[in-house]
Amino acid sequence: MAADPMHQFEIKPIIEGPQLGPFDTTFTNSSLWMFVAVFGIIILFGLATSRKLIPGRLQSFGEICYEFIMDMIKDTTGPEAVKYFPLVFALFFFILFANLLGMNPWAFTTTSHLAVTAALSFFVVGLVFIMGIAKNGLKFFKIFAPSGLPFIMYFLIVPIEIISFIARPVALSVRLFANMMAGHVMLKVFAIFIAFLVGSGGIFAGAAIVPIIGTTAIVALEFLVAALQAFVFAILTCVYLNDVYHVDH
Amino acid sequence: MATETTHVEDATHVAEASSGLPQLDFSTWSSQIFWLIISFSLLYIVLWKLILPRIGTGINDRADRIADDLDAASGMQKESEQASDAYDRVMANAKAKAHNIAETTRKSVDADIAAEIEAAEAKFAVKQSAAEDRIGKIRNEALSKIDVVAQETTLAILEKFGNIKPTAASVKSAISNVKS
Repeated sequence: MAADPMHQFEIKPIIEGPQLGPFDTTFTNSSLWMFVAVFGIIILFGLATSRKLIPGRLQSFGEICYEFIMDMIKDTTGPEAVKYFPLVFALFFFILFANLLGMNPWAFTTTSHLAVTAALSFFVVGLVFIMGIAKNGLKFFKIFAPSGLPFIMYFLIVPIEIISFIARPVALSVRLFANMMAGHVMLKVFAIFIAFLVGSGGIFAGAAIVPIIGTTAIVALEFLVAALQAFVFAILTCVYLNDVYHVDH
Repeated sequence: MATETTHVEDATHVAEASSGLPQLDFSTWSSQIFWLIISFSLLYIVLWKLILPRIGTGINDRADRIADDLDAASGMQKESEQASDAYDRVMANAKAKAHNIAETTRKSVDADIAAEIEAAEAKFAVKQSAAEDRIGKIRNEALSKIDVVAQETTLAILEKFGNIKPTAASVKSAISNVKS
């Protein structure tokens, strides 16, 4: 029933796939919109690679995005982290496209699912952990014990730092998924309310103008949230990558 | 509610989807994560190997080109400064030379003029002294003739008005008395 505000988040299989190890390979509406986002990004930036001396609009757009992410990494993590540039670029635009595609009324918002945001977050934090140990060895664990504190303080600080490190992927995934889900639920609830008021007729039909204005405002807000959450995810990735290079923070 | 999604063929999907948030239906997680790994890996590899290097070289090529052009421009500016310096030097030399020429010419002309003036003055002085000699001579002559004229005039006056006939010698002595 379309009036259920949670209906829009339902995963529907399109092509049933076999079980492959731990994975169910069933191709769903979620998988479809992941690929729509991926091919959208590839086509957009593929067209932006004309490498002309005087760039056209699309090439300018591509170069602005390139330099935006490059500056984000260089300012937040440092010039030595440039090898993570493709990863941060892919993360930012994957989330941005998934969020913005989800604004289409008939589309599925892949980033409104905890499975997707948690997989991305644990991947980022796991990568920081593995690269940190690969680069610094056991010294990497100094991120849990900042130097220059009175000895007694370490009994307090180390558990706090460990908990905050473990909370990173949880916070990262829940922030993105909850933002996307809440916005879509709110839009749906307002829209259902409009339909309900119009269906009631009479004075109620006229009163439907209030939720219509509200829905319009929320749509604008959701576009902002879509871009902002992609930015937050990318910049927090850069902040966490900072630990790989600067163990003494 | 969600139980009406009859096109969901998997019975477990229906059963668990009806129990609450679709996001917490863990039966769909492995499928989502599987396709996320595939699609995101595809995106990452295409961006990493194909698209981003191309955009990067585009930006770098332009930066190189701009740096080269700026270098070339500053080289040209230096050249033009050198050319303008050389021009200034040549101009100053030419001015100095022209000044010298003008000076020497003026000096020689001045010398010529002075020589001519001197020559003319010398000629004039000769002519003047000759003229003065002649004037002096004429004056002396005139002065010597004045005595004779005075005697004759005196004689004539005395004859006419006094009926006296003095001798020429007495008149001459009287006049020379008056003159001295």
